[in-house]
Amino acid sequence: MLHKLTIHELHEKIKNREITAKDIASDVFKRIEAADGKVKAYLSVTRDEALKQAENADKEIKAGSVKALTGIPIAIKDNICINGIKTTCASKMLENFIPPYDATVITRLKNNGYVLTGKTNMDEFAMGSSTENSAFGATRNPYDLERVPGGSSGGSAAAVSADECIAALGSDTGGSIRQPAALCGVVGMKPTYGRVSRYGLVAFASSLDQIGPITKDVTDCAIMMNTISGHDKCDSTSADVSLPDFTKALKKDVKGLKIGIPDEYFIEGIDPEIEKSVMDAVKLLESMGAKSELIKLPHTGYAIAAYYILATSEASSNLARYDGVKYGFRAKGKDLIDMYMETRAKGFGSEVKRRIMLGTYALSAGYYDAYYKKAQQVRTLIKRDFDEAFKKVDVIITPTSPTPAFKIGEKTADPLQMYLSDIFTISVNLAGVPAASIPSGFTKGNLPIGLQIIAKPFDEETIIRTAYAFEQSTDYHKKRPSI
Amino acid sequence: MQYETVIGLEIHAQLLTKSKIFCGCSTKFGEKPNSQVCPVCLGMPGVLPVLNKKAIDFAIKTALATNCTVNEHSVFARKNYFYPDLPKNYQISQYELPLSVKGYIEVVLDGNIKKIGITRIHMEEDAGKNIHEGINDASHVDLNRTGVPLMEIVSEPDMRTPEEAVAYLKKLRDILRYLDVCDGNMEEGSFRCDANVSIRPLGQKEFGTKAELKNMNSFKFVQKALEYEIDRQREALEDGKKIIQETRLWDSNKGVTISMRSKEEAHDYRYFPEPDLVPLIVDKKWLEDIHSELPELPDAKRERFVKDYSLPEYDAEFLTSSIAMADYFEGCVKLHNQPKIVSNWIMGDLARLLNEDNLDIKDSPITPKKLTDMLKLMDKGIISGKIAKVVFEEMFKTGNDPDAIVQEKGLVQVTDESEIEKVIDEVIKANPGQLADYKAGKDKLFGFFVGQVMKESKGKANPAKVNELLKKKLSK
Repeated sequence: MLHKLTIHELHEKIKNREITAKDIASDVFKRIEAADGKVKAYLSVTRDEALKQAENADKEIKAGSVKALTGIPIAIKDNICINGIKTTCASKMLENFIPPYDATVITRLKNNGYVLTGKTNMDEFAMGSSTENSAFGATRNPYDLERVPGGSSGGSAAAVSADECIAALGSDTGGSIRQPAALCGVVGMKPTYGRVSRYGLVAFASSLDQIGPITKDVTDCAIMMNTISGHDKCDSTSADVSLPDFTKALKKDVKGLKIGIPDEYFIEGIDPEIEKSVMDAVKLLESMGAKSELIKLPHTGYAIAAYYILATSEASSNLARYDGVKYGFRAKGKDLIDMYMETRAKGFGSEVKRRIMLGTYALSAGYYDAYYKKAQQVRTLIKRDFDEAFKKVDVIITPTSPTPAFKIGEKTADPLQMYLSDIFTISVNLAGVPAASIPSGFTKGNLPIGLQIIAKPFDEETIIRTAYAFEQSTDYHKKRPSI
Repeated sequence: MQYETVIGLEIHAQLLTKSKIFCGCSTKFGEKPNSQVCPVCLGMPGVLPVLNKKAIDFAIKTALATNCTVNEHSVFARKNYFYPDLPKNYQISQYELPLSVKGYIEVVLDGNIKKIGITRIHMEEDAGKNIHEGINDASHVDLNRTGVPLMEIVSEPDMRTPEEAVAYLKKLRDILRYLDVCDGNMEEGSFRCDANVSIRPLGQKEFGTKAELKNMNSFKFVQKALEYEIDRQREALEDGKKIIQETRLWDSNKGVTISMRSKEEAHDYRYFPEPDLVPLIVDKKWLEDIHSELPELPDAKRERFVKDYSLPEYDAEFLTSSIAMADYFEGCVKLHNQPKIVSNWIMGDLARLLNEDNLDIKDSPITPKKLTDMLKLMDKGIISGKIAKVVFEEMFKTGNDPDAIVQEKGLVQVTDESEIEKVIDEVIKANPGQLADYKAGKDKLFGFFVGQVMKESKGKANPAKVNELLKKKLSK
């Protein structure tokens, strides 16, 4: 039952030579075989690769070198490039694309001895909130196979939740790590923009995308953050700032911590069970010495509109390269233009096409000022809201998602309804601040509830400290789906 | 009606950096197709650009040398359009906030100096090349050039004739070569020129409707395309037609410009700030460092040549067209302090011979030492000016010293009076008719006699002596 354990638990056992990396890998792959037929978290399982990596890890262990992730099976969202491993972005467009290079985060995981379990399902090109927009079928929520795992990193969150890996990487452009983490009852962190290199992450919206960990508990989140963070000369937007040891923030100490509760986040339509869970969590933290106050984030109401202009504008340009000329899917056409159009018509799914069209429109001559430029101005105001708030408080606590996991197919016909799933997470990406979702309870229907903790730029440590204190006083993180 | 032409030029100059602007690939020209590429310049999923600082150094150099203001804060932008030679289907360029703005350069036309304004200089990446020839049923793409750093230099609409445009173009190329930032090769495409041309009734302030000309890959074609286009526009207006705003291609075989696309068909490039790059900050220190590396520039050199060597503007402009040319001239003057004579030889015979053999002055077989040694032989009266031309050609052919050539070919000037008199006597004897005419008052025939004497002496007779002795003999 090694697959049920966390990174830090397995690390202890490896260090004490109780188990080998191969033991862990074999156990995890057995679990994948048993569970993934139902959950469908993976697009590809890299068993052979993993067993080789595990053997190498065992050699290192024997040689006395145990690194933070030596022998730890980790799943990678399928929009993060791994040299020689198919990276599809869950799109027909890249169905057979094998990158000839590693993303910087992969290099860092390799340097730390990780074992790759496989590539996880997602919404195509990370566009979606349910993992239903995958060209290769939807992933199921391990707590209820009729429901979505959230998205776009739904495969990664479901894999961690169902113990089909020990930890995973996701990417978060508007909530794509935090919302599925919340819906699957695991921990997910979107680091500060610039904290983790984006090199090798297939771009959706470059100014918002950020890679982050999805883990079973907060300790593992800190360990993963230690591995993947840091300046990268291959990513000009990665920040050259000092890197803390995030595990040092794993303290059960919130005395004097100032928590802000934004008025604007407790809106009509929020599930009352979720609202209660979040308020209970704040009360619990208060009981440990934290203080809370109501704060204002006045421009919250404009976040979704601004986001869907900026993100789609960038996406329309980022996805222009998929044209059938160089790599990936190519449809036949009677001439160049026809080939372009057929390739993109057949290679992209409808949500991707919808967003490309939106973004193309927003950037067009005569509309740029009214849309893109205006949205950038709104973004500045939203960022200022957070700056102002963090003058008064250390962390902001909100629900991660307005609802628990919804039924497969429930929102696919109504994109606007789907977009609202990210109403609490999107502002964070626009502001570039870090945030995490941690399990804060369950609905009466036994669906996980997530709590979002937001901090100021490059202060993931305060998030980790707050989350750890909460986690250590509860046992939601210990619960696993009965699949 | 009298029309005035208005021309503005847009130059794309490839920078001579060793690596590309956003990745580490080599910029070497003429390599095997798709051998100078990596995931970044191939535009693979997930890759990111990293700015090459050297490319910015070069562009700052250019900006300072053309009197531009370098913006402390500039921004890269994406220019979106689909084309197979553009792997990302967007070009990283600069749009709203370019690297530098508001400069000028000076050109010399008919001895007059004219300032041509520069609107902006910005950075961008080059595209690859589509290959169609020799392939059936397909086209291939060579991406070696993709990501080579380019500088776009946009002029003000300050030029009024094709000659001015060409002078500006040449001057700009000279400056880039002085700075060693671009090799300025129009034929190979490392220095490309698009022109905006319009005409308006003389005295009218508003600009006429412009056409943008492309595909002119030599100075000669720029001149011809502009001349053709100006005529075309004038004829159209005189026929009562309207000029439409469009892009036109120069067809060098037919010598005409052809409509490529109208304004309505123009791309909407959907520019927006490049989110993968942070704004470019050029601080004072960076500017000062680049400033201290600048060489003496053509204008300063030209002014100095006029002042220090008392040369005409025309000579000074010619001699300062490249650093090598100017160094050659100054090398000569150091050895033989007769600037105007040196200048005449360089601009005349040397330039002609170099041009015939397609040689750069750096590779001239005649070194400054050899040229000035020859001038010294003239000064001493050992060779005449006429013989000097023979010696000069021989030096160019063989690379030998002038002394050796003069000795070997027996070209020493004859100054011995009796020998010259002997020739004169023969000439007079052989031309009795001309002698009679001369004596009857046809003074012009004096030149005829000089020529005959020089011819008979194979050019070796000292011309001054010939003059002196002929005068004496003929007046007898």
